[in-house]
Amino acid sequence: MDSTELERFERTLLPHMRAAYNLARWLTRSDQDAEDVVQEAYLRAVRFFGGFRGGDPKAWLLTIVRNTSHSAWRRRDSGATVPIDEDTPEVEDASLGPEDLLLQKASGQELRAVLDALPVEFREVVVLRELEGLSYKEMADVIQLPIGTVMSRLARARARLRRGLEERLRGGPE
Amino acid sequence: MSGHEKASRLLEAYLDGELDLVRSLEVERHLSECEPCSGALRRQRALRSALMDGSLYYDAPKGLSERVRTEVRKTSKGSRPVAPAGWRWRAVAATVPVAAALAWALVAIPKGPSQDELVSREVASAHVRSLMAEHLTDVASSDRHTVKPWFNGKLDFSPEVKDLAGEGYPLVGGRLDYIGGRAVAALVFRRGNHSINVFVWPEPDARGGDGESSIQGYNVIRWRHSGMRYWAVSDLNLPELLELAGDLQR
Repeated sequence: MDSTELERFERTLLPHMRAAYNLARWLTRSDQDAEDVVQEAYLRAVRFFGGFRGGDPKAWLLTIVRNTSHSAWRRRDSGATVPIDEDTPEVEDASLGPEDLLLQKASGQELRAVLDALPVEFREVVVLRELEGLSYKEMADVIQLPIGTVMSRLARARARLRRGLEERLRGGPE
Repeated sequence: MSGHEKASRLLEAYLDGELDLVRSLEVERHLSECEPCSGALRRQRALRSALMDGSLYYDAPKGLSERVRTEVRKTSKGSRPVAPAGWRWRAVAATVPVAAALAWALVAIPKGPSQDELVSREVASAHVRSLMAEHLTDVASSDRHTVKPWFNGKLDFSPEVKDLAGEGYPLVGGRLDYIGGRAVAALVFRRGNHSINVFVWPEPDARGGDGESSIQGYNVIRWRHSGMRYWAVSDLNLPELLELAGDLQR
């Protein structure tokens, strides 16, 4: 890579380091692993920058961060993911009552704990949508799934998040 | 399928700003007459604002940026970029020194760029610079009565300054910037973790129209209001950026 290309790389991708770290931290659940993932992701990005087609650099970088996180897990063989069933809708328990009030009582810490406990497939869609503000299309690119699957996964993740929050605020699952 | 089933299926996409105008209006019409759906939307909104308030965001540790930069520079010296054959031309274009900064745009737009395209690139660059140099604001304040007078004597016009915290776009501050050969006012707003730069300068004669584009992943929109030209740029999604533009024109 010559200096012009290096400059273009830095100009294009370094501004998105904050997002890269946030995603890596949510996926790995460890400060140290997140740093390693970000570093490795940027080095991969250098190698593949020639193939970057000038789309959204943030989504492009986050795709690499996500893949790097996943391969870090595979290497370590920990945090094995349970395959999730995309077709079964989440059951909403209507008897749980006024969530508005519960949500207002929830602190950031509680919300963080509930999100952290979600399976990684759900955690990542929430982080990409609500924390990084990605569109459905961009999320589909990052996760490499059809938009329809992304939408249903996001809906189920949100339902789980609400339910988890309720259970936590009521003092554990009934 | 009943209107209710359809609307409840579209509710989240509506919340996420992913519906076209026609469907959005359908959902809104249904919301106005369906208590369960409007309740569900309220709950979704509450959850979303709790998620977006910034406290869940992990900030990169100090020094990471420098460490990554050092490693990148080391690696880039030894490595040749892995480019699929079809994309090799891009690397070639980038080596033409004079055009380096514009290489991306030049290959993407074979015709000569229009005035609006040139300005939108300047606007996107100014946005990136403000983020990279950690020089987002010269005057950091959410009080429009502090930000507006700050521009006095620095510009030959007085930009209208609004705080849109009530609409979910709190004012963060202001800055002087330089676009299209003139000093302009930059107003900085925030939405969740996204910074939004709004550039303002006088444009007495209506030369350009309104429009939107996407520059290197940033959404850029332009409009004209009360004799002023406005450009807004952010990595925020387009519907929300347009919402901010609408609020600024009210």
